[in-house]
Amino acid sequence: MSIMSSYARALAAQEGRAQPVATVRHVHLSAAPMVFIPLRLAGEAAAPLAAMVGTDPENPRLLVVPQPRNRDLRFAFMAELADVMLPYIEGFAEVVETVEAKTPYERYADAPQILVPSRGGVAFTKLLGRSTRFRRADGPYPVHPTVPVLGQWLTFFADRAEYAGSSALVAMTDALALHFATGQSPMEDANLATQLAWISPPDGQSGAKAALAAEDPLISPPAGPDTHPDFDGQVLEHAIRAYETSGSEAQVREALRSQLTPTWSLMWHAVRLLRGLPEAATVDVRWVRDREQFTRETARLAEGGSPRGRVDSAVRAAIRLADLESVVQTYEAQRAFDDPLVMIEHRVAGKAFTGEVVGVDAARRIVPAGKTRPAPRPLVTIRTSDPVRLSPGRKLFSSRNRKQRTEVVGIDGDLVVLQINDQMGRGASPAPGSLPEVGDVVCYAELDPGGGQRPRLPAGEDTPWTHGGPPTPYTPTDEDAEEAWS
Amino acid sequence: MNRLDTLRGPVAPLDHNARTIAALAVNPGCDRRALLDAAGVDKQKTAAYVGHPAPFGQSPFAITRAASFDALVKANGCAHLLRLLRETLGLSISEAAYADISDVGGNDSHQMRHTRTRALLKRAAAGGDGSCTLFDHPLLKLTVAGHEVYLEPSIIAFQIEGRFHVVEIKSFAVVDDQADAGQVAAAARQSAVYVHALRELFAAEGLDPERVSHDVVLVCPKDFANHPTATLLDVRQQLAALRRQLSRLTRIDRILEELPADFTFDLETQSPDEVGKAVGSVGARFAPECLSSCEMALFCRAEARGDGSTDLLGRTARDALGGLESIPAVLGLADESRPPSPEQLEIAEQLRYVRRLYTEAIA
Repeated sequence: MSIMSSYARALAAQEGRAQPVATVRHVHLSAAPMVFIPLRLAGEAAAPLAAMVGTDPENPRLLVVPQPRNRDLRFAFMAELADVMLPYIEGFAEVVETVEAKTPYERYADAPQILVPSRGGVAFTKLLGRSTRFRRADGPYPVHPTVPVLGQWLTFFADRAEYAGSSALVAMTDALALHFATGQSPMEDANLATQLAWISPPDGQSGAKAALAAEDPLISPPAGPDTHPDFDGQVLEHAIRAYETSGSEAQVREALRSQLTPTWSLMWHAVRLLRGLPEAATVDVRWVRDREQFTRETARLAEGGSPRGRVDSAVRAAIRLADLESVVQTYEAQRAFDDPLVMIEHRVAGKAFTGEVVGVDAARRIVPAGKTRPAPRPLVTIRTSDPVRLSPGRKLFSSRNRKQRTEVVGIDGDLVVLQINDQMGRGASPAPGSLPEVGDVVCYAELDPGGGQRPRLPAGEDTPWTHGGPPTPYTPTDEDAEEAWS
Repeated sequence: MNRLDTLRGPVAPLDHNARTIAALAVNPGCDRRALLDAAGVDKQKTAAYVGHPAPFGQSPFAITRAASFDALVKANGCAHLLRLLRETLGLSISEAAYADISDVGGNDSHQMRHTRTRALLKRAAAGGDGSCTLFDHPLLKLTVAGHEVYLEPSIIAFQIEGRFHVVEIKSFAVVDDQADAGQVAAAARQSAVYVHALRELFAAEGLDPERVSHDVVLVCPKDFANHPTATLLDVRQQLAALRRQLSRLTRIDRILEELPADFTFDLETQSPDEVGKAVGSVGARFAPECLSSCEMALFCRAEARGDGSTDLLGRTARDALGGLESIPAVLGLADESRPPSPEQLEIAEQLRYVRRLYTEAIA
């Protein structure tokens, strides 16, 4: 945590209300996101207990497993969940747009978005996907045909959630923490109810007091996936027993509805809060990635693509890791250039600065290293009051032109001299408008929105012996399909 | 009656366990917790009595599941465990004896069980005929902050390749060879306590402590089934941390010296207000992490809030704010309403700068 966000937290504690740490919204919010609040039975790895799910705030679907230890009931629950989720997900695979490129390609105009309360919800979604994607509709333990399809989709969403800046599956507490600093600790922010209490306390109440009230599990039951131990012992245990003796799930349903409804309201409250913020400039660029990935996954599944194996092969894991790192870098840079409040963190750290252009040497031409002919390499001098901690040679980008490469030539007191390296047109002198002008207020940062280069990796079949040699591609097995789920 | 008994009042002391010691070692500077634990005070009751009941508990479902998994692994003289030690870990164990030390001839007092554990372990270490023995319900003893506590690891296995191993049975799942990092870390910290206690016992008996392996056998359910799987968990790092923290633990005597002779947390003779004052008069070091491990956490948090302490914002925030202790001090230095002391000059300058940029950006 940076000194800026820590300062904002201190301010929030003092003011009794969360303070902004962003001026624009950095997550994509779909017009009709699907809110998904899954619960599991305490002590079990992935025994679904209930879920509240839907796209209409007024009309949630409540799904329950009246006896969570019963395997058949679990699969019935997953089939019911598939009934709700698959039409929503597959509904986006209808409107197509064609992308103009060297080889034009098609992608869906929009994509599904699932919102869960916290990171626990993301992790549980991943486990639900893992425990259902290998199942089969035939064989010794057949399940409903939609169950493995849902398993593949849940796996896809949980995987996307690991990519920085993806909005396909969002943990609400993370989305809120991107925009608000509360007066409590990041650990306590993982509780959606207390986090929201700080952000929008009831009229006349301080955030601290509202958060304290929101900690009462009777007012705000846990947002899952784990239920409150007292609820388990005092209510749920009896309700499950009642189901076993009477065969009626009414009592379990009502008990779980009471635990889920408050979180359902909080989720939609949070959606409204985030909608109130104007969307940041690059949110759409990132959502396009989510749409493209959704398009690819739809096509893969349509071709009968087999479920993702239990463990990635070496090359695939290396590619994935490189991609994860590269999107983090891009996302950090985009967020900072989109939002002056986020840029402060980098300015305070000395990695970015804002100032006024006081001199431009547009006519400067030198012979760049490795070249034979002189080329334009203008110098721009900026006066800043920021504590710049950059040494000559560091590569900088600016919010003015996020593609233009520049480098630090020298720093003298409050003057920083930069050399502009590209994006000046093909002429002998820089194209008009390609350089900042004297009097402009500019912001330069050691942040590269282009992301890193993915390292060159061998093809799967050329995997060296050090990494296990060429992997045997995953083929679904009977054991996987019949795996115990007890 | 010694001072600690007076503190607790006329009720039986609560036992320390590996979890509480691990938690203590996570926050070694907290005198309050050290004293309450040393005196065996029931923190859960005390916290509820002073109006700040503990924010956590255990679900009956989780307890049932843990107990049934434990029973499964230990069934038939630890048959499952032996198979795992052989197959999964590739250890050469031909056959094994099984010794249950949950009572000694019908006597289940801690003293008796510990003496028996000691005798059995000593005999096993001295004999060394290569056969394996699994000790179920052993009872170890450890001195924590000048106070002796008993500890009960799941199982101690002797001997695997000539060494003693602590076996820890946990009911969280290992899915595709991956388990929840937080739970594994907690298991490693707890197991380290057992390894440490076992090594102390060896040292006290004049045996080589290194005969206790730093590799703990962690037994968990595999994937989504109830079937156990085993992994070796290297706890050297946790051991080193634990040893360092235990040596740093404030001596209870030092804390007691500063308290009046009739000082007590006795819930029967004292009003909630008096108990609250008594608890409050022993220094605490609150961190949000306490909320998941210490029963007194909500009491301490309320106290920290009353003081406007930066501890409320979390350890990283506190560090980022240059270790300043109070929120009003942070904001006072930032808006220049409070003059910085010489050692605060640097952080004060940073805070003024942050405040200026922050105010500009949200304007």
